[in-house]
Amino acid sequence: MDDVLSIAGETFGSRLIMGTGGAPSMRALEEALTASGTELTTVAMRRVDPSAQGSLLDVLRTCGIKVLPNTAGCFTAGEAVLTAKLAREALQTNWVKLEVIADERTLLPDPIELLDAAEQLVDAGFTVLPYTSDDPVLARRLEQVGCAAVMPLGSPIGSGLGIRNPHNIELIVEQATVPVVLDAGIGTASDAALAMELGCDAVLLATAVTRAQSPALMAAAMRHAVEAGRLARLAGRIPKRRYAQASSPWEGISG
Amino acid sequence: MKIIINGAPREVPDSSTVAAVVALVTESAAGVAVALNDEVVRRGDWASTPVQNADRIEVLTAVQGG
Repeated sequence: MDDVLSIAGETFGSRLIMGTGGAPSMRALEEALTASGTELTTVAMRRVDPSAQGSLLDVLRTCGIKVLPNTAGCFTAGEAVLTAKLAREALQTNWVKLEVIADERTLLPDPIELLDAAEQLVDAGFTVLPYTSDDPVLARRLEQVGCAAVMPLGSPIGSGLGIRNPHNIELIVEQATVPVVLDAGIGTASDAALAMELGCDAVLLATAVTRAQSPALMAAAMRHAVEAGRLARLAGRIPKRRYAQASSPWEGISG
Repeated sequence: MKIIINGAPREVPDSSTVAAVVALVTESAAGVAVALNDEVVRRGDWASTPVQNADRIEVLTAVQGG
């Protein structure tokens, strides 16, 4: 059985979506992306820097990875909509990871601006993947305005605190009819596996890999963790029990 | 005339176009997008879109992030 991730009619063999932020070098990034097996990768839109070394887009093209521009750094719906339109123009894609943050200290999403921007971008023909808080109600509202996925945070961006509210993630998964992507907060492989065990369709992470001591090694770990978590979810875990249940038979014990 | 390119004031010849301004900032226009006073200017319109005194131009590209 082919177990592919399908977002807005496009399919991906990998359920790990990588961010590119924070890598120590373009070469380290390329090695990490390759080791992760990712097929979809986020980029940010920034002012052209004439002194910049190496082309990120060339690296992604070489690796055959689809580009997902984000609206990182936007605080209002207006800024995010303009950034998405610029990304569409620059990268020839109508996909956007929509980020509208409330403040620099927490980088938490501003739900009011986020929903507003999502609605505007869907109306303008974008495939919108919103980075959202782990609020099931907001996730539902984002889906209702036409988002192609919902991407709740596990914990604040770059914090590595893992999934602080697994119950909410489960509630979001239960009700969603679009893919749920756990985005932000992943610290290590077990966090990514947990996201998939909770029923998420994919995991999006950057810092956990790009700022690890060995990015390529952690990228491989994340790849395996996402695959393991997915298999465990499909397999169906055993119920938790208060007391032991012998796995060896009682019958035939000697003496 | 003086315009603002990526946040910095800069003197450019009168009757400059968006295309000319982009060429000031980057040699390769691949993967680049332009906003003129917060409105996207499509690539096909760069050469025919004039800039005016005090205009704000943003020239953006994809970088590592997210």
